[in-house]
Amino acid sequence: MSTECHIFQARPSALRRREGLVFFCFRAATYFVLLCGALIFGTIVFKGAGSVFQVRAPFLNTTFLTEAPESLHVFEFHGQKMELGDGDYRVFQARHPDVARVKSESYIYSAGGIFPCIVGTVLLVLGSMAIALILGVSAAIYLNEYARDGRFIRFVRLAILNLAGVPSIVFGLFGFGMFVIFFGWNVSLLAGWFTLAFMVLPVVITASEESLKAVPRGFREGSLALGATKWQTIRKNVLPYALPGILTSSILGIARVAGETAPIMFTAAYVVRDKLPWQVDKFSEFFFQGVMALPYHIYVVSSKIPQNEYTERVQYGTAFVFLLIVALIATASIVLRSRLRNRYQW
Amino acid sequence: MVTSAPSLMETRPSASVRHPTVAAPATGAAVAPAGATLVDIDQLDFFYGALQALHGVTLGIENRKVTAFIGPSGCGKSTLLRCLNRMNDLIDGARVAKGMIKIRGIDIHRPDVDVIELRKRVGMVFQKSNPFPKSIHENITYGLKLQGQTNKARLDEVVETSLRGAALWDEVKDRLHTSGLGLSGGQQQRLCIARALAVEPEVILMDEPCSALDPVATAKIEELIQELRTRFTIVIVTHNMQQAARVSDKTAFFYLGKLIEYADTRTIFMNPAHAQTEAYVSGRFG
Repeated sequence: MSTECHIFQARPSALRRREGLVFFCFRAATYFVLLCGALIFGTIVFKGAGSVFQVRAPFLNTTFLTEAPESLHVFEFHGQKMELGDGDYRVFQARHPDVARVKSESYIYSAGGIFPCIVGTVLLVLGSMAIALILGVSAAIYLNEYARDGRFIRFVRLAILNLAGVPSIVFGLFGFGMFVIFFGWNVSLLAGWFTLAFMVLPVVITASEESLKAVPRGFREGSLALGATKWQTIRKNVLPYALPGILTSSILGIARVAGETAPIMFTAAYVVRDKLPWQVDKFSEFFFQGVMALPYHIYVVSSKIPQNEYTERVQYGTAFVFLLIVALIATASIVLRSRLRNRYQW
Repeated sequence: MVTSAPSLMETRPSASVRHPTVAAPATGAAVAPAGATLVDIDQLDFFYGALQALHGVTLGIENRKVTAFIGPSGCGKSTLLRCLNRMNDLIDGARVAKGMIKIRGIDIHRPDVDVIELRKRVGMVFQKSNPFPKSIHENITYGLKLQGQTNKARLDEVVETSLRGAALWDEVKDRLHTSGLGLSGGQQQRLCIARALAVEPEVILMDEPCSALDPVATAKIEELIQELRTRFTIVIVTHNMQQAARVSDKTAFFYLGKLIEYADTRTIFMNPAHAQTEAYVSGRFG
């Protein structure tokens, strides 16, 4: 043991110990968040990936992704355990009439796939984001570029902030009262689009305004000094540079729009629907039809049917596909954003 | 000349904003001889809200001459410059309370004046060079495209003449389609000048164009101003008195929002009439 002691000698002290403890807590908190995330994603991926991917070529379970939900019939037939979807069960019945005497259990939605839900969610996201972006960006341009700061504008901003804090179920009920009943649109894509759009509008407006503010003043002045009108300036020399930021905000919006169940529960979502959205007689009917949607389907299959080995496939599979789609849309937006950003940099 | 002049900046139906051809280069310029007064500022009082920035400024800016505005910070020289193309309209609460500014005899605050037409004729170069984050080519053609010019050959021609006019052509001719932001500070400022030249203004306002540049880049801009003076009326705001002495024909000295003295540059620097001017140009205050 060295007895040498110098003026910078490290010594254990209460101060040091306290510091160590505090940093340990911070680290533990961070790891705990990580653990929760890993558990959620891990469970869904572990249990759900099997419904979507398979070991044999083409490695993708096309039935699950491209077909409508069916009931699953489970029965024992001549000592052999059979699990058949609705369609196959009927074919089987026709071929073996004596199957009617066998006791069979059936589980709804547990066979087939979730194609209509995927289509419905994609349609809901596209439509509502289009509406939210058009309304939101227009409002942001007005607030940031045209409106003079005054009491009214401050009030508008306050209203937008408050709107952001409204629970989604309230938006759902508002949409139900306003679009479904008052406008008479019934449970329809259109009602769902507007309800979801209103829900993400505050996010889109606030973020668009921030992105517009981030565009240097010099670009506006330079453009105006060349004889551009205010609108020409905004369209050619402000909006293009603000677009990456606006897209970033809309990524968050997409995840929310795709994931919310409450707003579409009353306005757009069907538990089950045989027809696909494009199977309409008239073009106008397209907007006035309800659709199946992933989040609502997750709600239905997780709360309305029993939990067992036969239903697990669709329960976790749906959640997995849902995560996959949100990730896909988000990735696409991020790629688009970075492309735009590379084009306009200052 | 006077009879045809009012139409130059008059408010026209909205279509005028993008009329099909580029406006002919300042038709009247050939008539007005160099040295005749182009811009008349008469008893101008200007306010930012309750704060008076200019007090009764009267000044005539001569055609195809370089006029320098000098004075300490906050003396109103930039404010006056920005009045000339009504850039101050953008600032909330900024207003002309009294007096008027006439360009070619037309009061630019008259209600039938289209500020777009005004700014096409009175171009501006800013203190902080502000090339748009577009290619050099797009930067130059920005103003013309706004006016509806789509002829590619014509646009290419304007790009070349403007860049040559701004003494930038030889440096950038091989990379016209790369970003204007890839240029050096001095080149960026010359790009901004070229961009202003492209719309063929009569007057070019320069708001401390060299304040962010090194001496070499500054020298190039000053050289450029010497070349441009034969074709354009230039008004330059500068903090650098040597610069004013080098480039300008006439110099106006401002102090606390008042025009103290306005005379030939030589007179201002060699033989000023006012003690304040003398003190400022000799570096004793400001």
